Order: sequence, then C-alpha cells, then structure tokens
Amino acid sequence: MHPAFSVVFFTTATGAGYGLLALLGVLAGQGFVPPDFWFGLVGMGLALGLILAGLLSSAGHLGRPERAWRAFSQWRSSWLSREGVASVATFVPAGLFAVGWVFLGRTDGWMAIAGLLAAIGAVVTVCTTGMIYASLKPIAQWHSRFTLPGYLIFSAMTGSVLLNALLQGFAIGSNTLLAVSVLLTLLGWGWKLATWRYNDRLEIPTTANTATGLAHGTVRSLEWPHTEENYLLKEMGFRIARKHKARLRQITQVLAFALPTLLLIAAFALPWPYAAVLSALAAIVQFAGMLVERWLFFAEAKHTVTLYYGR
Amino acid sequence: MTCLPAHTDKKLGLVIDLDTCVGCQACVTACKEWNTGGHMAPLTDIDPYGGNADGVWFNRVHSYEHTTEMGGRTVNFPRSCLHCEQPACVTVCPTGASYKRASDGIVLVDEDKCIGCKLCSWACPYGAREFDTDIGVMKKCTLCVDRIYNDNLAEEDRVPACVAACPTSARHFGDLGDPESAVSRLVVERSGVDLMPELGYRPTNKYLPPRAHTQRAASVPAPALEPVRAEGGFLGWVDRMLSN
Repeated sequence: MHPAFSVVFFTTATGAGYGLLALLGVLAGQGFVPPDFWFGLVGMGLALGLILAGLLSSAGHLGRPERAWRAFSQWRSSWLSREGVASVATFVPAGLFAVGWVFLGRTDGWMAIAGLLAAIGAVVTVCTTGMIYASLKPIAQWHSRFTLPGYLIFSAMTGSVLLNALLQGFAIGSNTLLAVSVLLTLLGWGWKLATWRYNDRLEIPTTANTATGLAHGTVRSLEWPHTEENYLLKEMGFRIARKHKARLRQITQVLAFALPTLLLIAAFALPWPYAAVLSALAAIVQFAGMLVERWLFFAEAKHTVTLYYGR
Repeated sequence: MTCLPAHTDKKLGLVIDLDTCVGCQACVTACKEWNTGGHMAPLTDIDPYGGNADGVWFNRVHSYEHTTEMGGRTVNFPRSCLHCEQPACVTVCPTGASYKRASDGIVLVDEDKCIGCKLCSWACPYGAREFDTDIGVMKKCTLCVDRIYNDNLAEEDRVPACVAACPTSARHFGDLGDPESAVSRLVVERSGVDLMPELGYRPTNKYLPPRAHTQRAASVPAPALEPVRAEGGFLGWVDRMLSN
C-alpha cells in the first residue's frame, strides 16, 4: 500500500495526541497531576494540537476536502465514519476539561467527569482508527488480530512518553509514570516484533489462482492491460519498502523503542534538568520512530489486487 | 445509505467466458467510449499521448499463462467490477456515496457525495475502482446502467457496452438471481466460478473456466480426397471421353 505522508502523519499524531489526552483526562481528573495553569495549557494544548494537526492532515488526503462533513453520516456501517464521529464527539468533553483546567484552575468535580469522558472518547477513537485497517480483508497484514491492539498500545506508549516529558519538563516528574512509559515502550517493541513475525509467516489463501478462477497449476502474468503504472499500481502496488524492509525495521526498532528506553532509563538516574532533557529527547525520537513504523505499516501491506499484476 | 440491502429483486451481472476471450480489448475500448460520456463521465485521461499515460478505465484485460500437468496455455482475463452481494467497498464508504441498488444489485457511486478518501478502493480485492485524480472522486463500472434501461436504444442494444462489443460472445449479461435465466444456465452448464471466493464478497459476476485440455487429435478427420489419376478400363475410357 502506498504510504501517503498525510495518512502516516495523521495516524501517528492522533495516536500520540489521544494517548496523551486519555492519560491527562484520567490522571489530572483524579488529582494525580496538579491543576497548574501552565502545565494544563501546554499539556492539553499539545494533546489537542496533535489531534487537530492529524485530523487536518487526513483531510488533506481527500480528493474533495470541502465535502468532508458528509463523512459523519454513515456511522452505521463505516469505521471511517465512526472515527469521524468519535473524534469530533471527543472534542466536547476534552474542550470542557481544558477550559476547566486552564481558565478555572480546577480539575475536580464535573471537570473530572469531563476528563474521564474525554479519555473514553480518546480510546474509542483510536479503536475506530485501528478497525479501519483491521476490517480490510484484501490486505492480510492489516486484517489480523495484531492491528487493533497495536493501535491502542502505540497510542498509550507515545502518549505516556509525551506525558512523562511534560511532567519532567515542569519538574513534577514521577518515577511511576517514568516506569510506566518504559514498560509501555517495551510492550510496544514486543508487540511490533510479534506482528512482524506473524506477517512474515503469513500464508495467504488468496493466490493468483483464486484471483483468476484458474484452478490448479501456476498462473503467470504474461501481459498487463496497460503499459504505464495506473492508479491501482500507484496506490496498492507499492514496492520500495519491501526492498529495504530489513533496514527500515532496524531503524524503527532503534528510534521508536530502543533509544527511548535507554533515554528514559537514564532519566531515572539523573537529576532535573538532565532528566527533563532526556525525557523530551525520548519523546521526539520515539515520534520520529513511530513515523517510520507507520510508513512501514503501509508499505509492507500487500493488497490482493497486486496478484493480478504478478507482483 | 451504505448499509447493504437485505435482498435485491434482481442480481444483474456478467458471465465472462475465459475459454473464448481472445484478448482483443474491444470490450475495453467500447467501455471507455460509452462511459466517458455516460453516468460516471468523464473517464479522465492524464497525459494520454505522453510517456506517462494514465487514466480511469472500468474494464482491463490481462493475459496470463496457465500451466498445469496437462500443458500450458494463454488465458485472456477481463477484469471489472463484479457487483458483489457483500461489497465491502460500499459499507466502508463514510459518506453514503457508494451504494448497492435494492432493485437490481448494481453497485454505484454518487459522484456528488464522494469525498475521494479512496477507502473503497482499498476495500475492493479485485481492483475494480479507480480514482479520478482530475476531479478527486472515485469511479467504477456502472454495468452501463444508462444503456440497459435506455428506451432510446433498440432492445438488442440494451446491454452493457462491453457485452455489445465482444466479437467472440465471451461476455454475457443477465439476471444471475434467476436460476432460469440464460446466464444462470450457462454458469451451471460450464461450472462457472467466483473470483477469490475465500474472501466472502460473493461476487455476482461469474467466470467460465477454459474448457479442459484434450490429448487427442481432431476427432473427425477430413474426408479422403478423390483420386485424380485417370483410371483404366471401361470407366476410364468413359471418363476420358466425357472430359474432352
């Protein structure tokens, strides 16, 4: 599948944004994080900013963005429509929670309820994003039990690493959250390795034989219907990543998992402001690594239409 | 509405005979010619005379080499929308632009509602949908919905353009929901198959596999030629006399 940058950025940014929003909604609402004005402004600003930037980026992927409002209508059947509805609905409690925290200086009472609702909305939205990919039968690497948990784990992972960086930056870091972000990063690493292992051993029942209805023997593409690449090959016949798969997987592991883990462990040992600098670095490196991971998620996915082209 | 109809009155579709298709591309050009002025018009071409020609086509003909223990052969394979009974391209559509008609089962796109998110083309395992980069919406085969019900055409012309154009009658159009229809009988007779049945899309269009290989020579030899050498005897004398 062609890794359109707008969609790669969209899923990575909203994943991190919703992860951060969910954690802030729960932790601040329950009093684990002080209702500090600047922390609220930066934290909620970053969470909502990432979500907004991601949503705008996804709208840029559309052929007719001016009609995007129509995408809220088919939530009965379409995961993409459900994602649209969930993402917009989440803005209501998230907005109230942000206003309560930043302008009223409170995260208790009804603000805590708004925070919890925002967290639920964030989790639901990430689930709908994951289901868009997990529900596509023609792409075996996505239509697997690894996809939906993967989206949730990576959202929690990037969200917690971001929250840790913010807390450390404001010198109110907690070792518990630091430990949680290390554990989630390791969980994400393990999940990604398991996903790759599963995909590499995948035996896809759909073959050139079933695609053409020509039973038995071998079916070899002799001639394409067209001389140049068409939409199908440009969109679904992407091959660059398969060529550099091993190298890109190494880059993903170093940037998204290994380096952040090392930086976060070092942050345990060092005092402020070094711990804060290392935590911020971990968040930035991990975000870059997740962009590569998401790029690979698309580029490694093989659509059944490529069978018609002998690819 | 992108929810699927529980039942369609008819299941209009195509039956494509892989035994007789010669890969002449007549159906491809006839489709393009009709549909670039039809329901989903235009079928945009980008750089049509340049080195990077690209554009929207509803019907593409591939050629394959099918090799079995009985030998190898070339199979020409037309590929277009199969108007599935479980079209995920419709259910994934977030705007309601894609729909399956309850009356005849045809899967269509309302161009005015399409936002060009391309998700439907990802959901189609057969590559039936092609994106028009020029106007930013998705396009697909309409089963020539503007021909098959068109009272301005003579009755024999009320078939999809690809079917009308096929010189070898490899394409057949009809109601596959009616077990008595000519197309349904053809599917039974020739053991027609679904493409990628394991994915569960339940395509309406069926493909007739090439007929089995045979190891025999032609079963009816040509009749022996008459001897041209003049015969002797009485009959030879008669023959010579009459030939003069």
